[in-house]
Amino acid sequence: MKTQNQDIRRTVKQLSLIVLGMCGFVVALVPLYDLFCDITGLNGKTGGPYIYDPASTSPDTSRLIKVSFITNTNAGMTWEFRPEKGAVRVHPGELKEVNFYVRNTSEKVMVGQAIPSLVPVAAAEYFHKTECFCFNQQVLQPGEEMLMPMRFIVGRELPANVQSISLSYALFDITDAIGDVALANTSLR
Amino acid sequence: MSEVIHADHHDDVHHGPAKGMARWLFTTNHKDIGTLYLWFSFAMFLVGGVMALIIRTELFQPGLQFVQPEFFNQMTTNHGLVMVFGAIMPAMVGLANWLIPMQVGAPDMALPRMNNLSFWILPFAFGIMISTLFMDGGGPNFGWTFYAPLSTTYAPDSVTFFIFAVHMMGASSIMGSINIIATILNMRAPGMTLMKMPMFVWTWLITAYLLLAVMPVLAGAVTMMLFDIHFDTSFFNAAGGGDPVMFQHIFWFFGHPEVYIMILPAFGVVSHVIPAFARKSLFGYDSMVYAVASIAFLSFIVWAHHMFTVGMPLAGQLFFMYSTMLIAIPTGVKVFNWTATMWKGSMSFETPMLFAIAFVVLFTIGGFSGLMLAIAPADYQYHDTYFVVAHFHYVLVPGALFSIFSAVYFWFPKWTGRMYNEGMAKAHFWLSFIGVNITFFPQHFSGLAGMPRRIPDYALQFADFNMLSSIGAFIFGFSQLVFLYVLIHGIRSGVPAMARSWDGAKGLEWTLASPAPYHSFTQPPRVSNAEVHG
Amino acid sequence: MKYKTGLVAGLVGVLAATRAIADELNMPRGVTGISASIYDLHMVIFWICVGIGVVVFGVMFWSIVRHRRAAGHEAVQFHESTQLELAWTIIPTIILVVMAIPATQTLIAMYDTGGEDLTVEIRGYQWKWQYKYLDDDYNNTFSFFSNMSTPRDEIENRSVKGEHYLLEVDNPLRIPARRKVRFLVTSEDVIHAWWVPDFGIKRDAVPGMLNEMWTIVDEPGVYRGQCTELCGKDHGFMPVVVEVMEPTEYDAWYAARVADEAVRREALSLSFTHEELMARGEEVYTTFCASCHQANGAGVPPVFPSLVGTPVATGPRDEHIRLVLDGVAGTSMQAFGKQLDAAQVAAVVHYERHAFGNNAGDITQPADVIELAGQE
Repeated sequence: MKTQNQDIRRTVKQLSLIVLGMCGFVVALVPLYDLFCDITGLNGKTGGPYIYDPASTSPDTSRLIKVSFITNTNAGMTWEFRPEKGAVRVHPGELKEVNFYVRNTSEKVMVGQAIPSLVPVAAAEYFHKTECFCFNQQVLQPGEEMLMPMRFIVGRELPANVQSISLSYALFDITDAIGDVALANTSLR
Repeated sequence: MSEVIHADHHDDVHHGPAKGMARWLFTTNHKDIGTLYLWFSFAMFLVGGVMALIIRTELFQPGLQFVQPEFFNQMTTNHGLVMVFGAIMPAMVGLANWLIPMQVGAPDMALPRMNNLSFWILPFAFGIMISTLFMDGGGPNFGWTFYAPLSTTYAPDSVTFFIFAVHMMGASSIMGSINIIATILNMRAPGMTLMKMPMFVWTWLITAYLLLAVMPVLAGAVTMMLFDIHFDTSFFNAAGGGDPVMFQHIFWFFGHPEVYIMILPAFGVVSHVIPAFARKSLFGYDSMVYAVASIAFLSFIVWAHHMFTVGMPLAGQLFFMYSTMLIAIPTGVKVFNWTATMWKGSMSFETPMLFAIAFVVLFTIGGFSGLMLAIAPADYQYHDTYFVVAHFHYVLVPGALFSIFSAVYFWFPKWTGRMYNEGMAKAHFWLSFIGVNITFFPQHFSGLAGMPRRIPDYALQFADFNMLSSIGAFIFGFSQLVFLYVLIHGIRSGVPAMARSWDGAKGLEWTLASPAPYHSFTQPPRVSNAEVHG
Repeated sequence: MKYKTGLVAGLVGVLAATRAIADELNMPRGVTGISASIYDLHMVIFWICVGIGVVVFGVMFWSIVRHRRAAGHEAVQFHESTQLELAWTIIPTIILVVMAIPATQTLIAMYDTGGEDLTVEIRGYQWKWQYKYLDDDYNNTFSFFSNMSTPRDEIENRSVKGEHYLLEVDNPLRIPARRKVRFLVTSEDVIHAWWVPDFGIKRDAVPGMLNEMWTIVDEPGVYRGQCTELCGKDHGFMPVVVEVMEPTEYDAWYAARVADEAVRREALSLSFTHEELMARGEEVYTTFCASCHQANGAGVPPVFPSLVGTPVATGPRDEHIRLVLDGVAGTSMQAFGKQLDAAQVAAVVHYERHAFGNNAGDITQPADVIELAGQE
């Protein structure tokens, strides 16, 4: 026969486990959220590098998709940043390369990070990049300019009702965030 | 013979309350702690109320007359934080402390010393939070919902203190919930099965589980904020690959169950008051229990209805629209059941009943605007306007707050041994009822007319509604001084009350003397069917 | 019986009054197909709620009147009825399912952004909107900022408030009627939201994230909205004004605006007189700077520094220009180089250096700014 005190103790232990469990849940929420968005593209992010196998995919010439590029610099980032072409037209399954122009107009070395976002969200999981400047931080010396390539394929499984995709890059200044040592270590292009 | 008398005498002398400040600082008695929570919550209610009056004073007319926009944003933010975390939640915990042990026939809460700690954390937490208003850069100014990056990259320096205060409040709630569940599950008098428990106990049992589930999530959200602000992480910082929208998901995963945390105990109170004054048992006890349980369960899967305009995929919008509409059903069941309890009862309308009936009517109106908000396409027009402000104030003020008033008046004689002055209390009711409706009903219209939330100044077409709302706010605010008077006058010189202070009241607490002895049910009582439901 | 007649008369009166003021009190039907659909959904759910309310409150009030102890009514002790419980669970469920169908259809329509005739990028800033017009190939043709133009005098109650108090801007967004406009919405800094009630569209502007929405406005006119997400100090002071033009008028305006761009670019190589710079500078200062630094330059120290006789405004000119261009990270001082062109920067810097009692004794031309900034 258990005493009331023992019962209380047991309840407290179980409830504390629930609390710990929920703490674990919220910690796990971050990678889970990222994973969920990676797989479904639901937050408009377009995911990491894509391995392109030309043998396994060929362009679907029956469809032409307009892919447009929106560039912005955020929160005080003063670089010049624009796409070479505002929009291109591609077939699903076709590998396409486009360039983005960037220039550090300030007087100091700066590091930039481009953050992609794609609409319509339903299309994000079908937009694959094999090479993107957004995968890396970009270091530019004062006055330095660069043409950054981006290679992508729109998956053939893109839903039939999507004809137009807009991809935005928001360029942020992360010079302070990455610290002096990291800055010194980053190599020039 | 002398031995028996000696034993009784021994008991009385040993277990009376301590004297002076020491009593209140070190008490482990659930009645004292309940009293502490209730007075604390009333003080915070007045503080939050002053902030509301500052807001409504500025909004009395178009133009900036009294405060600058930066300060106005601090007022709206802190008004929300103080009312949610400092007034409503502690009041509900105060009621839980006072009532649960008596209603289940237990001598005290399961963990009396932790109970003391749970309370005393709160004055410190709120001291910190309110002191931020006086710090350089001002206090929190990003809304009580503190979305990132406004609350991280763009926040004033005091945000770190705000985060600590939130952590402290969360710890208090978690400890209180563990205590409540442990008490309810393990200390019920023999014969009180779960389906014979009083409704207030049921609602608090479920509320406590909700708190355990979501307070850690809130703690997680503010900890991630802390890291983003001080340790260069990028949970919510787009520059580092983070996602401001993720903040909203995490916050509202806490935030939606939070609003049910605030209202479920209110449902419990009303489920006691209406049967008492209709002299008729609660209609459909079993389905009332199931309804509360389904509301609690559903509350976990509706959170993104606060985010319909953030840019969610269509499938997500549809899911959250459907789940939010669903939650109206068990809520409706409760309203129908209360009405059916009243139907063919033998009703009298003392103040607790007035507040309970007003709760049912006005909470339902708040529920209707909630249902309208659930319609996602329509929400594009309502979101972040005064229509939302009207909705949540209806469910929280004539909702949760009125239920607290109802509870305080109802159990006042049990707690204090005296009756309050019924005439003055009715004045408090009518002034509050009129004030609350003049304040918040026009806000539906200013919202529909296009007035956004959280603005210190507005276009001319909103002027009439705002003036009306401000007048109502002052009526409502000053009426609460009547409440204060009723309480103090009642405590000091009210007419002595009977054990069963209301002839229709049922429950174990009404078998105790009024005021209830400092230690009650040191022996478990016999649970007779006359006193319980089911 | 008398009170019944009274009750009916009262109801009729209320309904009549309600009709009369209903338009004043209600959401606008708006000028797009979507806003009309939303309005219809809103009215349907409203009337459903009114219906349920009338029934439930009716029963309740009847009960309050009839089942009173004071009137001698004794309580009838019934406590459950499975039939009733089922009924009032199932009937609301059916009502909600019926409601969900048109709601779903409208939502699906709101998500269909394809087939656009024009794309405009909307960018939220603290505390103004920027509109960028994109041609068919998504190249920037021109862009401009849309700042609230209500004078501070009106806000601070020194002069009478105009009709469009707080809902007027210097440069409204202009779009053609009856053409599908696609909006791409994002933010420079914190989360804002762009809303025009008459169009029935609202979207959050989230930094780092692109959102899209569309509209087809049936009727030309001027439509006003506001920022609807708390974004800091002047959240209430960044209105949205859209001028919807007849398509032919819009096309003419657009062409003229494109031509203007070329002229504007040329002006960057001109030199201006002190008086011209002061005049232009004061305009720019009032729109972009006065909210924080105050009309008299005194600021609100320490958060918004003073410009009166301070080192920035009287010291080295190039540092002053740099400060305006690049802002100060971690403070409210934005990088105005992104919002103002070289001529505007030159004018405002010159103004700050020669107003408020300052006399820096130098001159700033657009070319100076361009040289420092390395860009236009």
